Amino acid sequence: MKLRRNIFFIVLLTAISLIIDAPKNYPINFAIFGQDISFKISSPGISLGNFERSLNIKQGLDLQGGTEVTLEADMSNLAEEDRLDALDSAKEIITRRVDLYGVAEPSVKTVISQDSYRILVALPGVEDPAEALELIGQTASLDFRELPEATDSATYADFKITELTGKDLQKATVGFSTQNGSPEINLQFTPEGGKKFADITARNINKPLAIFLDEFPLTTPIVQQQISDGQAVISGEYTVDEAKNLVITLNAGALPVPIEIIRQQNIAPTLGAQSVASSIQAGAVGLLLVALFMILNYGWLGFIAVIGLIIYGLLTLAIYKLIPITITLPGLAGFILSIGMAVDSNILVFERMKEEIRKGNDWHRSMELGFGRAWDSIKDANIATLITTFVLFNPFDWNFLNSSGLVRGFALTLFLGIVIALFTGMFVTRNLLRALTSSHRSDTTGIKERTNLNGLK
Amino acid sequence: MDSNKQYNILRPMRYWWLYFLISLTVIIPGIYSLLQFGLKPGIDFTGGSIIVWDLIASEDDLKSYAQESNIIIRDIDSQGTIWTITTDPVSKIDYQTFKSKFPETQELTFDTVGPALGAELLQKTLSAIILASTLILLYIAYRFRSIKFGVSAILAMLHDSLVLLGIFSILGYYFGVEVDTLFVTALLTILSFSVHDTIVVYDRIRELKKKHGYLDFEEIVNRAVVETMGRSINNSLTIIFMLLAMYLLGGETTKWFIFALLVGTISGTYSSTFTAAPLLILWDYLAKKKNKQ
Repeated sequence: MKLRRNIFFIVLLTAISLIIDAPKNYPINFAIFGQDISFKISSPGISLGNFERSLNIKQGLDLQGGTEVTLEADMSNLAEEDRLDALDSAKEIITRRVDLYGVAEPSVKTVISQDSYRILVALPGVEDPAEALELIGQTASLDFRELPEATDSATYADFKITELTGKDLQKATVGFSTQNGSPEINLQFTPEGGKKFADITARNINKPLAIFLDEFPLTTPIVQQQISDGQAVISGEYTVDEAKNLVITLNAGALPVPIEIIRQQNIAPTLGAQSVASSIQAGAVGLLLVALFMILNYGWLGFIAVIGLIIYGLLTLAIYKLIPITITLPGLAGFILSIGMAVDSNILVFERMKEEIRKGNDWHRSMELGFGRAWDSIKDANIATLITTFVLFNPFDWNFLNSSGLVRGFALTLFLGIVIALFTGMFVTRNLLRALTSSHRSDTTGIKERTNLNGLK
Repeated sequence: MDSNKQYNILRPMRYWWLYFLISLTVIIPGIYSLLQFGLKPGIDFTGGSIIVWDLIASEDDLKSYAQESNIIIRDIDSQGTIWTITTDPVSKIDYQTFKSKFPETQELTFDTVGPALGAELLQKTLSAIILASTLILLYIAYRFRSIKFGVSAILAMLHDSLVLLGIFSILGYYFGVEVDTLFVTALLTILSFSVHDTIVVYDRIRELKKKHGYLDFEEIVNRAVVETMGRSINNSLTIIFMLLAMYLLGGETTKWFIFALLVGTISGTYSSTFTAAPLLILWDYLAKKKNKQ
């Protein structure tokens, strides 16, 4: 009964993986009995509450082509306690610029390592990155603008630059109104900025004063009265998140950090496509060799192992799509390597089975003993490899270890490979073998003979 | 049983000195090369730029225009129309100037690494190796309740890293092969593979010791090695098949990465049987000798 349930589970899992693995909109045309049949295979998208997956394979920059830039923010002019805020602001600014540039799925991340504050920008699919970089590398510019003549039909273009800029702003923070507790934004000006601000507010009472960042308006509060102490409050209908975001962008102007490119990688999309094609070809040839080797070496046992290996491949691909994992070239290598390692548990078990048969056990018992006794070494050996993938992946972002995307991609695919291989090697093949032998129990002599043919003594 | 007879004939551990000798013939030239020439660090370590262009041009043209654009060339190489130019770190502006001299060029890759990043990578690599080794050592010592197993496994692992580093040092000197982030990844993977393989042998030793405690330790190791040999070779072969396919058919970018994995797999398979196992015997022998005194 248990066996039947397990087999059902394996079949179900394989079927689900197949559906997930199916390529998007893959047309199938063929003719059968004189009838033309034509339809499209399509893997469905998944949408369960917050869990949404389009089920496309995500390709890394090295496969898809594009630009990856590592920027270093020069924090030497900033006080220690302002540095994190400044980095967040710089990241926010760069994200806005990248969004303006219109790149699909860009990624902007901050990395703090020892004394260096870095921002990693990935722009997939950008063909000529020079222009994009020009935009990203600039230091943010913030200024305050006034409306010379108050008209009802004023547009942002009518605002004129004042003498007050981001340099005059010391810092922006989120505060809460003492009257109703709603979030508001506090602006703290430098002494000199406070004076300029007093002048500007004096001449703009009841008029809007716009704050522009990189030539784009952020917010346009109305001046209520002259403010001469260098402390301003912008209140409005902000949510806490909106207020926080505005503060981050304002600080980008207040805490401008010069940004320098310390690493840049451009990869042509054609080169990536070529790498994918050749890697897939290599994987297919390798897989074929491994399958052939297993069947020649272990007979029909090997054949079952190959079926396990195919299920392994389907499962892995499905999990790649579900998580989703961004496939890079080393990641692809990690996956292909894991196919070679996936049969390791099979080989350990089969060799063990041979030994048990040699000792005079019947076939069925040898199989169970083989799986049972091989498990100890399979477990220990794989834990050692898992330790290495842990160090390579560096999940806690430890400063003293590498956190490069390439190395991580490799570690992640190798990790998944080991875990899935353990599942297919121990659970799937074992149940398949059990299912086959339970219906052919009487055939044990035939199997013995066959194993004898494989050079056993 | 006839299988017992088989063990009497096959006592591979009698020739332990031969295995160490074989290892040394690979490792000593490697160490010599490492000390003499070191490794050839790629731009990941030194900082610099790699420009890959698809372009019909002459080397002299490229060189003179590079000089005009303030670009200092370290190395220039072409395969058909694909030019690979390695230089000191190139600024954006200089690169644009250089590129504008060849309007028909097709940029395949342009990769620049600042010099600070290189030193950092080196330090992080060392940390990773030390951390991984320590964790594995602790794990093995715990699983096998013996420091002897842990240390011998780590020594076998060190053997494999020395083989890999030595071979890449020689390749670097004679063929200009560089080590980069991917090489580091390969090195760490090989460390784990090496231990993976060693544990399978050790596990068998542990099992046989439990079952046949009356046997001499060397005899137990002999049996364990013979019994696990088939699995060891078969498993390595499947990995080697995959790697060979990738080496021959896969792209240029990962070629040396795959080669490093290939060297490591072969060395790892060898060392688990012919380094890790005899080390145990040697340790046992030395410990007994000490006890007698």
